[in-house]
Amino acid sequence: MTSPLRFCVRRSAAGAGTAVTIVTLSIPSDIACIEEAVALVIRHCLAGDESRERLRFRLQVALSEALANAIVRGNREDRTKQVNVRAELAPEQIRLHVTDEGAGFDPRRVPEPLGPDRILGGDGRGLFLIRRLVDAVEFNDQGNSICMILLRR
Amino acid sequence: MSFTQSRQESGVVVFRVDGQLVVGNRLELKDLIQGALTAGDRKFLLDFSHTGYIDSSGLGALVTIARQVRERGGEMRLAGLNDDLRSLFELTKLDTLFSIADSAAQALAGF
Repeated sequence: MTSPLRFCVRRSAAGAGTAVTIVTLSIPSDIACIEEAVALVIRHCLAGDESRERLRFRLQVALSEALANAIVRGNREDRTKQVNVRAELAPEQIRLHVTDEGAGFDPRRVPEPLGPDRILGGDGRGLFLIRRLVDAVEFNDQGNSICMILLRR
Repeated sequence: MSFTQSRQESGVVVFRVDGQLVVGNRLELKDLIQGALTAGDRKFLLDFSHTGYIDSSGLGALVTIARQVRERGGEMRLAGLNDDLRSLFELTKLDTLFSIADSAAQALAGF
């Protein structure tokens, strides 16, 4: 079966002549695509650095949670809508952008899932885990695009 | 197949999770355990020793399933989480909610 993912890799010159590899991926809004998309992006993020098991795990959490949020909450699993991933791979850090076609949300209004009234809930832990496991998180103004920065350290 | 179900002589029903417990398959595990509850089973062990990843939806499903099991007077234990997966339970404080053993054998002892 042909993969429904659309994928592109290119190298570009960033400031000071440092080569940055750009990986872009377009994914239909189908949760069945998440596992393959995550594995594909992680493979490129870790190219030549496969021994970094903790970095691999942090990438897995960041990508899995951001893609699930984008597909389920952003695009509401509308198969006509896409989720776009852009990974900027530099020697010191990885920047992962995940963008959906939804209306966006206000990340400041997402409560932490640790309080006594929240810990027994069946959802609401994705963004919390992202924030705990990556080095920085940014959103665009609309709230439909997340940028997650992971230092390779 | 993501889930393998077996029964101990003690009556504990063991579900082995192979691969991942994520947004795409969590409902399958919920259905399996709800089916066992309906059939009268009350003791459950989830064995994660063959599990590479659990996402937040999988964690949420475990919380929901555990609540349903408790409401029916049962008990659910977890075992075999690798260090990374255990860290997810610790970050979300779910390690305070579940009985988590290092191995299935340890979890089954005295269950």
